[in-house]
Order: sequence, then C-alpha cells, then structure tokens
Amino acid sequence: MSERLAVRKTYKLWIGGAFVRSESGRYDEADGFNFPRASRKDVRDAVAAARKAATPWAARTAYNRGQILYRAAEALESRAATMGVPREEVEAAVDVLLHYAGWTDKLHAVLGGVNPVAAPFLSFSLPEPTGVVGIVAPDAPPLLGLVAELAPALAAGNVAVAILSEDKPLPGLDLAEALGVSDVPQGVVNLLSGRRQELATALGAHRDLNAIVDAAGDAGLGADLDGLAAETIKRVRHGDPATTYEDATDDALHRLEAVTELKTAWHPVGA
Amino acid sequence: MTTETRTSIVWDYAPAPESADHIRLKDRYGLFIDGDFKDPADGGYVPTINPATEEPIAEVAYGGPVDVTAAVQSARAAHPRWAALKDLERAKYLFRIARLIQERARELAVVETIDGGKPLRESRDVDVPLAAAHFFYYAGWADKLRYGTGASEVRPLGVVGQIVPWNFPLLMAAWKLAPALACGNVAILKPAETTPLTALLLAEICQEAELPPGVVTILPGDESTGASLVRAPGIDKIAFTGSTAVGRDIQAALAGTNTHLTLELGGKSANIVFEDAALDQAVEGIVNGIFFNQGHVCCAGSRLLIQESVRDEVIAKLWQRMGRLRVGDPLDKNTDVGAINSAEQLSRIEALVAAGEDEGATRRSVECELPARGYWFAPTLFTDVSPAHRIAVEEIFGPVVSVLTFRTQAEAIEKANNSRYGLAAGIWTDKGSKAFQVASALKAGVVWQNTYNHFDPTAAFGGYKESGFGREGGPAGLRPYLQVVR
Repeated sequence: MSERLAVRKTYKLWIGGAFVRSESGRYDEADGFNFPRASRKDVRDAVAAARKAATPWAARTAYNRGQILYRAAEALESRAATMGVPREEVEAAVDVLLHYAGWTDKLHAVLGGVNPVAAPFLSFSLPEPTGVVGIVAPDAPPLLGLVAELAPALAAGNVAVAILSEDKPLPGLDLAEALGVSDVPQGVVNLLSGRRQELATALGAHRDLNAIVDAAGDAGLGADLDGLAAETIKRVRHGDPATTYEDATDDALHRLEAVTELKTAWHPVGA
Repeated sequence: MTTETRTSIVWDYAPAPESADHIRLKDRYGLFIDGDFKDPADGGYVPTINPATEEPIAEVAYGGPVDVTAAVQSARAAHPRWAALKDLERAKYLFRIARLIQERARELAVVETIDGGKPLRESRDVDVPLAAAHFFYYAGWADKLRYGTGASEVRPLGVVGQIVPWNFPLLMAAWKLAPALACGNVAILKPAETTPLTALLLAEICQEAELPPGVVTILPGDESTGASLVRAPGIDKIAFTGSTAVGRDIQAALAGTNTHLTLELGGKSANIVFEDAALDQAVEGIVNGIFFNQGHVCCAGSRLLIQESVRDEVIAKLWQRMGRLRVGDPLDKNTDVGAINSAEQLSRIEALVAAGEDEGATRRSVECELPARGYWFAPTLFTDVSPAHRIAVEEIFGPVVSVLTFRTQAEAIEKANNSRYGLAAGIWTDKGSKAFQVASALKAGVVWQNTYNHFDPTAAFGGYKESGFGREGGPAGLRPYLQVVR
C-alpha cells in the first residue's frame, strides 16, 4: 500500500482575473513552494488590466460593491484554516473586509454633501474613486497587512495592483483564490509576488497609475516612490503595516480619503 | 403685417475709469515677518509693475534664504500660543480680517487691478468679496473642526508654507490662509512675483486685526524664494497653487520628507456644448469660461467641445459675441478683458498661439484697439484644432479658446477626459439626465452645468490627475491642515 501523494499547488500571479505565471518565467521559493517572481512587464500588464476594469467597477452601485466585499469576507473566513497564517490574522482580515464592505454606501454622506453656496445653484461635492491604486504591502503580517490597504481602496471604488509580502507571498496569492470566487470582477484586484524594490518602483513609475499606498514600512523605498509619484502628480499615502483590526480601521476615513477624489458639481436653480 | 429690419446700432461706451485717488500705497514694502515690515536680510527690493502701463507702482522686498529662515523661526515661535488659543478666540481674529477686507474692499480691488491687470469689474465683484467670504466661512469652522472632519480629536500641523499664483492674488491668499489659521496652524505665504501688493495690504490688515506676530508671515519673492520655503527645515506642510511643472518639482523635492503637501495645478478644461443646449446662454458661458480674467484661470474652459450639428451656429454666435468684448484699461468699469499679467506670460501665450498656427489650426483674433503700452492679447479663437495640437493639450493661460467637435455623448466624454489634467469641465445641455450622466463620467474636480467659473467658500475646489491633489473650500478644505488624533 503506497501512501497517497499530495497534489501540490502551483502558485501563480493574479492578473486581469487570470492565474498566470510571470511572463519572465522566473520564480522564487518560499515555505517549500515555488512562486512566480513577477517582472516589470507583469506590473505593466497588471496596470493595464486594472485600468480596463476601473470604469465598470466604479460604475457599479455602492450597494453591489459592498455585497462583493462582504462575499470576499465570507470566502476568506471559510478558508481560515488554509491561509498559512495564524487564525487570528485571518479573522482580523475578515473583519477588516467586513468593515470596509459597509463603507461603500456611507462614504458619500461622510466625505461629501450639498454646498450652501451664496448663489442660485444646487452645488454638491461627492467622493469618487481616484482610479488605479498601486499597493505595496508589508512583509508582515502578510495577509492582514495586504487586506488593510486593499479593502479601503476597493470600498472607495478603485481598482488595485498590489505587490505582496516579499518574505511571505503565499497568503497573498491564496487570497487571490478567495477573491476569485467572490464576484470580484476581472482586473479589479491584481496581485503580484516577487522582489519588492523591483516591482514597487516599476509600479510607482507607471504613468497610468493614480495613487500609491505604501505600507512596506521602508523609508528608503518610500522616498523613491515619492519621487516617482511626482512625475505624474500621483497621490501617495505611506502607512505603517497594520497588525491589528484596529490599525486597519481606526483611521478608516484617512485611508479612504487617500484614494478618493472629491468632485464638485454646480447646477443652476431657476426657471 | 410686415417686419421691420432694425438697423444695427453701435453703442459707444464712454470711458468709466474707477478713481485711484484714494489709494495710499507706500513707495516700498518690506517682508512681513513677526508682525512687522522688515528689510530683507539677503534679498533685495524690486519694483512691481502695472502690466497695463508698464509703470512701476511700488518697490517690494524679495526674501532670500536667510529671510526664509527668519520667517520660519518667527512662525515656529508663534505656533504654540496660536494653537493653544481657545477656538472661538482664534475665530474672532479671522472674523476681524474678513470684516477689514470688506471695509477696505474698494482699495483692495483697485490695487489688485493695478498690480495684476485684471478688470476692476472682476476684482471688485469676484476677487475681493470672495476673499472676505473665505475668511468669514473658515472663521466659523475654527470651533467646529470635529464636525468638519468626523474625528473626535484633531490637531493642527504646525507651520505651513503657502505659495500662491498671480492670477487671483488676494483670493488665493485667502483660500490658503483662512483654513490654515482656522485649524490652528501658522502660515508663511509667498505671493507671486508679479502681484505682491494685495498680500502686503493683507499684512497691514493682519496688523490692524491685532493678529499675534508670527501667525501670518508674508514673504514676497521670486521662484528662488519659493524654492527656499519648500525646502526650509521646520515647515510641516506646503500648499501650492500654480503650474504643474513647478508642482512636480515641489512634490519631488519633498520626497521622503513626510512634509504634508497639497497641489492645485494647471488645467485644460473641456467646456462641452451639446446640440440641445440653450445656445445663446452657452455662448455667454463660453465667453465667461475662457475670457474671464484674460483666461488666466487654472480652470478656464480652454477646450471648447461642440457637437457637430451646432458647430457652425455656436462658432458664429461666439465670434460675434467676442467682437463685443471690451479690451483695454483694467480700471475702466466697462472693461471685459484687461491686461496680460506680465511680459513673460504674454510671450508664453504668443508662443503657443504661434504653435497653433504652425500646426495648421485656423486662428481668428478679435480686431480691437489695444493700448500702446502694457501687455495685451486680443481674444482669440482657434478652429480646425486636432486633439494632438499643442493648443489642445497644453495650458495657454490666456484669452485663447481651442474648438474641437464631437458627434456622440460617448465621444464628448472620451475627448474631455483625454487630458493629463482634470481640474474642471462645463456641460451645456437642457436635458437634466444627460447633464448628470456626463458630469459623473468626467474626470474633473469641478463640473459646471449650464454655467462656468462659479466659486464659493462652501464648495470644494481642486483637481484630478495632474491638476493636483487636495481640495480647497468646504469642509474638505480643512483636512489638508489637520491631523486626526482619533
């Protein structure tokens, strides 16, 4: 009687809704598994896929986006035992998703409103997604640190390209599978594993990226990203890695605002 | 019944110049540091010119690096007491400033017009009243910051450096100073090189309001003064309004410093006229959109997108209306289009207009008598413009409108969004549902429907994409000047 041989998972990048190898064919190893070492070309492909998904995702109703984030929370909860991180970290990540799922249809009331202008106009200001957000996730915690940056970006109606933990990329790649069964449309989330410095600078330099959220906690990389962002006036938020649910939600408004544009509309009132 | 054709009558305007007799400007203005006007330590004095006459008006100090350091020191020293003041007491100073602006409104309007070249009608009816309104509005926020931010505890950032442009000198100073001070910050404001005077009058107003020394510093100067301010140690935040090129330099200079930053930069805003618009009304809006303040407006409607079916009619009406614009003496109360702000800006406009002609667009400039001295540019319309032409892509910042056309709503949206900028847009249609649909699809921070160039302290203003980040006006205008404690 031979013992059953396990079927091992081939870890892949998640770009445009597809699980793909790096176009470069390169790979690295973590926790006994090979995983793709994404290239700058993969970054460009991911941004292009994200851009394509941006308008339809933003056009969905806030209610629908909230439902999808809630569904993602459900899917993650059901995989809690297989994410390769402590159960508490998965639970915190689920709760963070839940928190931001509830933000999708409240953001307008909190950040926007009617402007009582001193002239006969209906003037109002509403938050809108800034567009394609590049996320640089911290090394640790690999799952919560990613979800803490991803959830507010999605809740505000953005699409995202995220560079995963360099030390522990597998939980982030596993998250792709949870999101993939959560009605997250193709290209709305793109997850890349590999060498952070190489990928993050390629992402930061991309001219079709609107904002960078940098939670890597690396001051040198942060300064590089600031400099790259200036080229096309990207919005940049630096933050410490979120290690608890509270870290990821206490400053929710700040996180949401960093990936939001406020649009003011003026409509005349009169005959 | 017969219809009589009315002979067209040309109504001549008699000159209606605003008197400048009541203006008492000093011959020379120092740097306003620590509550007093001071001679520059390492800068110099440079005359500020009336762009309508090329005559010097007064000499103004330029701050050098040593002056910037002194300014930051004085501001840092002033900050703890200012921040510790009871919120309502801080508000009272701002209310005082608002009132003093109203009291000195006529003087401020005339000086703004002399120093910058904008028509008195605009400085009197737009710039100065809105500046007062901004101080009044943010004064009221000073003791309500928690409500404006959704936070239970907020803290000022500290010392903020603010750099403003020459197109709305006093109004931009108000946009910058009012929210910064209301939030408990102290501010160092650098007015534009060509238009320092109203900011210096505002310094006098701060003295008159008994604002504690160091709370407001006015540091006139040129680009090097601004560059020193941006890089000065002890600055917690920079707020800049101006060109995208300079904004980019500032963002790069602050890389890795954790200095807070907001940028309000350039634009190439689309003004979209649909075939179902009230066309006469639209033409008025087009004129206001591009010729207001000689087109020296970051949100100017400089890309006119007209639906093909009404293209000829709109252009005919627009051209006719442009012929009625009165170009000339900014102090004349009937003037619509005043002087170009500076020789430098005039040559920039001329260069881009020449590029437009070279690239094959058709230029029409209004034939009007322009004064012999001063900097002037006749209102200009370009047709046969392709989306790739420089005049369709680059900010001209002058009285020049580029006309492009579209067939469908989707094409209008695509063309409007085809820009690295995203500051503003206009939509002209009588169909409400269409207006809302288009407004939501445009990547622009401000969208005006059936109107253009309206501003209000309660309404957020600021851009998408390379038009900058952060908002001024409304509760959103508080956030760039605060940190949330919890």
